[in-house]
Amino acid sequence: MALTTQARSRGRTGEPTPPRRAPRLRSGQWAAWAFLAPVGLYLLLFYAYPLYRNVELSLRDYTVRSFVRGDAPFAGFDNYLKVFADPTFGPALWHTVVFTVVSLAFQFTIGLALALFFVQNFPLSATLRALFLVPWLLPLIVSASTWSWLLNSESGVVNAALGALGLGPVNWLTSPDWSLWSVTIANIWIGVPFNLVVLYSGLQAIPAGVYEAAALDGANARQRFWRITFPLLRPVSAITLLLGLVYTLKVFDIIWIMTRGGPSGASTTFATWSYRLGFGNLVPSFGPGAAVGNLLIVAALVFGLVYVRTLHRRVP
Amino acid sequence: MRRVKTAIGLVLTAVMLFPVYWMVNVSFTRDADMRRDPPNWFPVDGTLEGYQAVLDRQLPYLATSLVVGLGTVALTLVVAAPAAYALAKLRPRGGGVLSFLLLIAQMIPGIIMAMGFYAVFLSAGVLNTVPGLIVADSTLAVPFAVLVLTAFMSGLPEELLQAARVDGAGTVRTFRSIVLPLSRNALVTVSLFAFLWAWSDFVFASTLDQGGDHQPITLGIYHYIGNNNQEWNAIMATAVVASIPAALLLVIAQRYVAAGVTAGAVKD
Repeated sequence: MALTTQARSRGRTGEPTPPRRAPRLRSGQWAAWAFLAPVGLYLLLFYAYPLYRNVELSLRDYTVRSFVRGDAPFAGFDNYLKVFADPTFGPALWHTVVFTVVSLAFQFTIGLALALFFVQNFPLSATLRALFLVPWLLPLIVSASTWSWLLNSESGVVNAALGALGLGPVNWLTSPDWSLWSVTIANIWIGVPFNLVVLYSGLQAIPAGVYEAAALDGANARQRFWRITFPLLRPVSAITLLLGLVYTLKVFDIIWIMTRGGPSGASTTFATWSYRLGFGNLVPSFGPGAAVGNLLIVAALVFGLVYVRTLHRRVP
Repeated sequence: MRRVKTAIGLVLTAVMLFPVYWMVNVSFTRDADMRRDPPNWFPVDGTLEGYQAVLDRQLPYLATSLVVGLGTVALTLVVAAPAAYALAKLRPRGGGVLSFLLLIAQMIPGIIMAMGFYAVFLSAGVLNTVPGLIVADSTLAVPFAVLVLTAFMSGLPEELLQAARVDGAGTVRTFRSIVLPLSRNALVTVSLFAFLWAWSDFVFASTLDQGGDHQPITLGIYHYIGNNNQEWNAIMATAVVASIPAALLLVIAQRYVAAGVTAGAVKD
């Protein structure tokens, strides 16, 4: 399948680079724009406009009443200042960083180890590799509720296993010391398949001849990994990590379903904080919620631009 | 040596999929055995109570999810396929900028889109409606769809399109009779992912359809966890049923899935 081979050689489909360029016809321009009209309209209506409303929310002083009537007074950056001064800000920032960095480190390491293992073809390897995709394909609410029960303090199988080893029960979801780790573990589990598949396709793109030459020169397995695989895999690794970063910053479902950011804010990240401000309370505070969301978007966009630049440097 | 590797592979897969096995196991466990210590590793004295509860209570949620999923696929294809054709083969000025915007659009956190949509939908009066949810869910798939389809259509041989042009086919005719049939594989991939993301969506459902008459299955499970966290066999049975599309996807369309992951790699 052409899609597969293309994706393999590039790691990820980004900017289209047609193998042979069609001549740019003047008469074709109108037709082209006609074909692009739906997506253009779509982006304006369903991306640009909601985002604009979101920025507007963050700059006005909304109450439930003025939200419905739409006459909230302009408040400038008050919502942002309120958010910065909020006692939740520091911990939420710290939790977001810890959650993201720990998730990425483990997802990438485990994914790379598995990719190196699966790239040595053996009987059943293709089938098992496909089965590894299951966690990534499951609806997040399914994964999150399954992990909630696995990690249940009294009846969870994890504590039962720990008990069999003579270790005391851990209050995975109800103790402030553990809840952030619990959601991180679940998130690592969900993210490993993605890292595995992308890094596996990256490994496959390394020509076998390089390894044969190295083997002839007497390079051992460790040297082959650090001198060949690792440097040649660097572009694909960079893209995997950057995409992982952008997507981990967005993670909301797992944390909200497993702990609701609790107990007492111990697993609150920017994403869950934003949701709690906007939708989680009886009295919604849309302004500050939108402000937190916009801070998140700025972070995601910064890394997103780094990603796009990396992609372009790879595909000249 | 190869046998040993297969054995190691089997063990690794078993470890990775243990949570999934446990979900199935618990879905068959009787209420009385739910809090046993140590837990039953296999559903001995299994029960179908959990699945009975799914039939009794979750069918409307499942139906809504089906409608939302199919609607999302339709909307995504209608918007994305012509755009991909234009970007890949007609190459208008500014096409590069559009591709760039789509790449960036994938990175916007869903929760932020949800808040914006909430404000927009409230004034438009489509809060808590199925069409509103379809529109919101399609934003998960449209950028991915355009980028994947563009990449695929760029690979279609130029000679074929020129031949059509020589035979007198206009742009629309070429698109309908040549480009679309040839892009079947990519269209299937995109449709499968669009359906799966809409089916799995929780962020938009919980914000934009909280009070709706027709709620998707993700909210069905969520209400379950919130209301009675004692009936875990029913919760897990619902989770098993909600996982069926993902399982089918993997069984029926395995090669498309791997292609989709590497090609787009988008999921919240």
